[in-house]
Parts: sequence; structure tokens; C-alpha cells
Amino acid sequence: MIFRTALALALTALLATPVLAEETAPQEAAIIENFVLDNGLEVVVIPDHRAPIVSHMVWYKVGSADEPPGKSGIAHFLEHLMFKGTAKHPAGELDRVIAEIGGSGNAFTSSDVTAYFQVVPPDALATMMDFESDRMRGLILTADVIGAERDVVLEERRMRTDGSPQALLQEEVNATLFQNHPYRIPTIGWLHEIEQLNRADAAEFYERYYEPNNAVLVVAGDVDPETVRVLAEATYGKVPRGPTLPPRIRPTEPEQNTQRTVTLSDPRVGIPSFGKSWIVPNYRTAEPGEAEALDLLSEILGGGTRSRLYQEVIVKSGIGASAGATYDGGAYDPSAFALYGAPQAGHTLADVETAIDAQLTLLIKDGVTQRELDSAKARYVRSLIFARDAQFNMANIYGSELALGGTVADITEWPDRIRAVTAEQIQAVAAKYLDPSIAVTSYLLPPETGAQ
Amino acid sequence: MIRLPSLRRPVAAIATLLLLVAPAYAEVQFQQITSPKGIDAWLVEDYSVPLVTIRFALEGGTTQDPEGKEGLAGLITSLFDEGAGDLDSEAFQIKLDDAGAEMAFTADADAVYGSMRMLADQRDEALGLLKLAIEEPRFDQNPIDRMRAQIVASITASAQDPGTEAQLRWAEALYGEHPYARRGEGTPETLAGITADDLRAFHKAIFARGNLHVGIVGAMDAETAAQTLDLLFGALPEQPTLTPVPNMTPEFGKELRVNYDLPQTAIYMAYPSIERTDPAFFAAYLMNEILGGDSILSRLTAEVREKRGLTYGIGSSLLTMKHTQALIIGTATRADRAAETLALTEEVIARLAADGPTEAELASAKKYVIGSYAINELGSSGAIANTLVGLQLRGLGIDYIAERADEINAVTVADVKAIAARLLSAKPTVLMLGPQAKATP
Repeated sequence: MIFRTALALALTALLATPVLAEETAPQEAAIIENFVLDNGLEVVVIPDHRAPIVSHMVWYKVGSADEPPGKSGIAHFLEHLMFKGTAKHPAGELDRVIAEIGGSGNAFTSSDVTAYFQVVPPDALATMMDFESDRMRGLILTADVIGAERDVVLEERRMRTDGSPQALLQEEVNATLFQNHPYRIPTIGWLHEIEQLNRADAAEFYERYYEPNNAVLVVAGDVDPETVRVLAEATYGKVPRGPTLPPRIRPTEPEQNTQRTVTLSDPRVGIPSFGKSWIVPNYRTAEPGEAEALDLLSEILGGGTRSRLYQEVIVKSGIGASAGATYDGGAYDPSAFALYGAPQAGHTLADVETAIDAQLTLLIKDGVTQRELDSAKARYVRSLIFARDAQFNMANIYGSELALGGTVADITEWPDRIRAVTAEQIQAVAAKYLDPSIAVTSYLLPPETGAQ
Repeated sequence: MIRLPSLRRPVAAIATLLLLVAPAYAEVQFQQITSPKGIDAWLVEDYSVPLVTIRFALEGGTTQDPEGKEGLAGLITSLFDEGAGDLDSEAFQIKLDDAGAEMAFTADADAVYGSMRMLADQRDEALGLLKLAIEEPRFDQNPIDRMRAQIVASITASAQDPGTEAQLRWAEALYGEHPYARRGEGTPETLAGITADDLRAFHKAIFARGNLHVGIVGAMDAETAAQTLDLLFGALPEQPTLTPVPNMTPEFGKELRVNYDLPQTAIYMAYPSIERTDPAFFAAYLMNEILGGDSILSRLTAEVREKRGLTYGIGSSLLTMKHTQALIIGTATRADRAAETLALTEEVIARLAADGPTEAELASAKKYVIGSYAINELGSSGAIANTLVGLQLRGLGIDYIAERADEINAVTVADVKAIAARLLSAKPTVLMLGPQAKATP
């Protein structure tokens, strides 16, 4: 999941009303309904009546970081196998029904969650709920579907990871940055472990995690909450509650106390680039205000053309062709903050790295200006209004937040928490977490360049 | 350090997809408006989110780059937020940021596109900046040099990638000497020769009211929208100065091989297609849907992916450009099964060419292409604005939307069989990129 974006977009709900007031034909700002069925399934309804479309998503609170050792890729493989049919609906029927109504459907797996979704006309919602609730417990996995689908997943890995030097390096950076936490393992799985995944592995994973009390249902679109409640009770409501799962406590990281370097040379690389990563707290685990400060730090340091890295390293000194920062504050467990860059012609990779390091050092030393802070906050708050424009985004924002253990209030209160961040807090988190002497640095190099 | 999710299947099966147009949605009202100065546009009024999105297209894209100055259209689109009127680059960007607006310009082969998404309550400031960018871009040397350096860096970055070589050879094989064969982003050499005067001349030639198409979506009434048209575009010249681009037919029946030690072999195939104005267009559109379209039920996905696990994705699409068209198929598989995958794909195609579709397949494809319109084309203001402009670029009237479903429903099995026989019996141009040596036993 691109969690940073999801969180940046997460503001939505409360911002609309004052702005709407001066428009000619305002509607009521959408009221987001949130309730829990008797079997433990959490439900979120986000009304949006602009077009006759409804987004229906089921999020399971399980991802690749919950996999048993040696079974990397099983969460994602099972996601594929979820389309292989039940006693009531044989394989292919869901796809056929969706296609016939002109809908679309897909599914995805991340380290922390697995989600299934359809975007359909509102009168198909009941049918989608019927299918989705049926396969929550009713999946039938026969041996004959396993081989071909595992081959599909292997091709997926070859296409998306093995065929891309950038993706391969990123995989190795994660495996180096995380020394103990399962975020070190790729969501799609290691090739040699995917090859060994079997029906029993998938069935065991399914039995354990796919149950209403480990899921969140999100319905966004041209429907009213009462209808959703009635439909949900008639479908999902009939699925029996499963055993209560133990808390998601994963192996945690030891103290990070070394500088590590990961280098990949590949003949396909035309210009070198580098990245520098740290493990930092996230919204779920941070001290109050720290995750918000890290989000704004990422924006001010490297979040676009007004950022320091862009202005100083690309515009003013002309050393970099690219430079920026990312922060994944929405993961379930602490994850990464990263800086990256590549040189313009006439400059070396070392020049860019030095220039970016210097900007970080300067920020740690002198902090940020009030003007930078105000602009960054305004951009965050604005992005949430923009996010309301795409119904599926809204479903995504709420689904991921709740599946990761957050609440609707966390999303609605988020703008105020962003607004409360001070310049001092930003300087403090930079100094506390972005210590250059313990970073993992990665280099993607043309073959002849060698190590820097 | 963003861990991307793994998806069950690719979002778009192949890269060369094009937006095709589609039918009615009673709930989304398309209005045709004309400004006091006579500028036409389409509008969708919607107040549920306090936003306004404007998108426009100016016909004449990278095919208008002068010989030896390839990359000009691409470069110019990177410079509209780099200074306009009295505002230099920094001043312009600060004002744009303060106005809470997002502005974007892009170019493809046939048009230059601009768009702005703005908050309704900061609309006037945002529109003022867009007007300035459209009318009086500065093209200062410093931003020119910087943006050129970034484009050159991206060309250099991909120069060693076998995919880049494959793309260049593919374009050359299909389009020969036609401007469509050129590299849209240019080359380091052609970019080096582009001056501020070239940019000014391009701007003057392309930015006119006669080749302009506009879509407006959001919190704006028809009268305000009409005034906005004059504000933004009223000062532009009446007619553009476009270099004529000839229509052409791609070259089929060629075979290309790019050998490279990769984990997969990518396979691309190009077959003939038909013009948007051909009466058989919807028969071809439905044929493509049945063969390898968006739905996972297509024959290619069923045979190549679902039954045999040969690929993560395979798809076909109709590539309908202003001056040419083709049916493109794309997939990737592990090298030792590439020959098998190609043979199977050709077999699926040959069967459709020989026998046409079944009644059930056609009925299902019709339902899909009619029903998917709202979801594919109207999912957000940006998508709606894109659709509005796309319809106008293809010369389709505002009433066309209501007629589309009827035209689709009128297509018969015999129609699809006839067009399949006509298009799919041709020998395709095929490109294979990967470790070919291992592909043949």
C-alpha cells in the first residue's frame, strides 16, 4: 500500500462543509456511518451520490508480515486463489457477473492487509455482498487449480520484481533495513519459496484469518447507510464468528546501530542513483505528534517542487536530476523514512549524496521556517479535499485505516493533529530518527561505475 | 520505501491502451456551453465536492515538433508552471501553491493537454494563474536548462534498458518515416538545439481557439463557466498554424527480435484496425473485447493465463490515433515458454478470425462495454473532464453518448465475425524482447 499517500489523503470528512456553504447548490456533507455486526464484522459506509457507482471492499487484517516462516508469498497466493470458487459460486462466476454489469474488480495484498473489491452499479451491491460473504468462509481449494495459479504468481514476480533492477534493489534494501521484523520479506514472496507453496499452506492460512471478526467492510457510493446495513446483515451477517485471533505482535527490530550499504550494478541502469533509509515510528506506534511531524518533515524536505531538496539540490545548485523523500507512516509496525537522488549530467552520484546529506544536516541544525511549515500543512489539508473527488480513494482511505487498527475518528481528527505540529517538533524528529551514521544506503549503478 | 501491494492481475494489461468513448449516464449531465466570445466547451456541474477541474486539449502534439527539434512539445509542457507574465518561476510556483491549485500540462502525439484542479473558494486566484500560463509563459533560460537537463537525465537513465530499444524499434517498424515513429521526448541532441524562441514559436502556433477542446467539471454554473472560457482562452488567436500530418497505415507482417538476458520474454503483436468513423467500428470494438479486452473473461486471458498459467497478464486494445490505428496485443512469459505462448496466442486469434464469437460471448461483451462506461469514465472529476475532452477530440457530438448503447446493441455475431476475418487474418508485426535463444528448443 502506498500508505503515505493514503494518510495524506485521509483528512476528508469534516473539511467540506464550510467551503460548501457559499456554493449555489450545496448538498449535505457526507455522514460516514460506522457499525459492527454481531459476528464482529466492522462496517463503514461513505455516501457519495455524484454518479451511479458503488465501491464495495472487504479488508482482512492479515498481510505478508503475518506469514509463517518459510512460506513467504502465501498471503498473496491465497488472494489469487480466492477467485477459484465455492460450493455456491463456481470459479469464474464472480468475474462473469461483474463483467456483465460492466463493473470492475480486483484484489491486493500488502505487508499488513489483504483486500478484495468491486466497483459496480448500486443495484448490484447485494449480489457482490452475496459473493464476497460466501467466499469469506466457503472457498473450495482443489489441487487442480493450484499449479496454474502458482505459475501466474511466478510470472507476476518475474514481471514486477525480477525484471526491474529498481524493484530488485528495493527488495534487498528492505531485507537489509529490517533485521528482524517480517517487513524484510517481500509481499509477493521469495522466488524459491513461492515455488514450494501448496494447497495445504493456502488452506491453513485461509482458515486462520478469513473470518468476519478479522475483517472490515467498506461501502462507498450511491447508497444509503440503512440499505447497506440491511444488505450486510442478510449476507455477511450470516457468516459465523471465528475464533478470536491473538494480537498481531510481530518480531520487533533490535537496536539499529550500524551503517549498511546495498549495491546493485545492472547493465540496464543508465544513470546511477542512491537512497538512504531509516526505520522510524508510524501513526500507530509513535509518541503523540511524532508521526505527524515525520509526515510534514518528509513534505518539507522532499515532497515536491517546493521542497528543500528540489529547490536546493535541483534548482539552485543544479547537481541533482531528481531528489526527494518518502515516509510510510501508515504501516502497522514501524517502517521507513527515505531520502533519494540522482545526478544531472556533469555531476557525480557522490555530489548528489553530499548535497542531500548537507540539507538534512542543515535541517537538523536549524529547523524549518514557519512559512515552510504553514505551506506544508496547507498542502496536506488540501489533499484531503481533493481526495474526496474519487470515490474509490475514499473507500481505500477508510478501509486501510480501520484494517490497521485505527478508527474513523483518527481520520477525521487527523487534519487538526497535522495543524498542531510545531517547527520544533519537526526539527526534533529529524534529529532523533534520521541519524546518518545508522542509515541503510543503497546504490543502483551502471555496471562500469563500480562501488562508490 | 513504499511497499507496493501485489495485485491479483495487472490494472491495464498492456501499455498502449487508449480511451474509447461511451454512453449515457442520466445522472451525470453533460452540458454544451458557448462563451460570449464564441468558445465552445462541455460542462458537468456538480457541487458535492468543493472543487473545480478544467481540462483542455490543443490539437497538435509531438507530431508538430520541427524536424531536428524533437522533444519540443514535451519540453514546453514542463515549463508552463515555470514562470508567466511578471512572475518568474519561483514567484509563480509560490502563488500556485498558495492558491491551492494543481496545474499539469502534457503532450502526446496528437495534442497538448492542460489541466487544473482547484478548490472552489480559491478559484479566482487559481484561474488567474492558469490564464497567465496559457497566455504569457515566459520560457526563461534557467528553467529551460533545468527542465531540459531533467528530460535528458530520464532519457539517459532508460538508454541502456532493452525495453527502450524495443520500443524504438517497434515504433520504427510500425510507422516507418511517419512522425509517429519519432521519439516523443526527443534525444539529448535534439533537445540541446531547442531555444526559447523555438518554444515561443511553438506556443504561438499551437495555442489557438480553432484547435481547442475544453471540459469543465465541478462547482461552477454554466454562466461562470462561459466567462471562464473567455478569461482563459479569449485572448488566444483564432486559428493555429499546424503542420499537416498525413494519415498512414502501419506496416504489418514484420518480425523483430531484441535479444537480452531477462527473466521474461515480452511479446507484442500489431494487427490492422479500423478508423473511428468506419461503420464497423463497434463490431471491431466488441471483437477486441472478446479477444483480449478489459474483462478477465477474454479469450486470451482464459486460455493463456487462467488455463495454463503462462503469464500474469495478456490483453489486446484498439490503438486509435488521429492519423492511424492498430490492434495491439501484449504479454510476457518466462523465456522457455515464449514460443508456446506466441503459438497459443496466434491460435486463439486464428480461431476468432475463422469462426467469429458465440452469441453468448457477444451478449456478454455488449453488457460489459455499455455498463462499464460510468465506472471507467466517470469515477472522479478528473476522469469526467478527460472523457469530455476525449469525446470532442474524436469529433463525437454531445448527443453521441446517448446513441452509443444503441449502436453497440445493433452489432450482430455476423458483423463481428466479418470484422474478425478482415482484421485478424492479416499477418501481424511481432516483437519479442528477451532471451530468445532459449525460446526455441
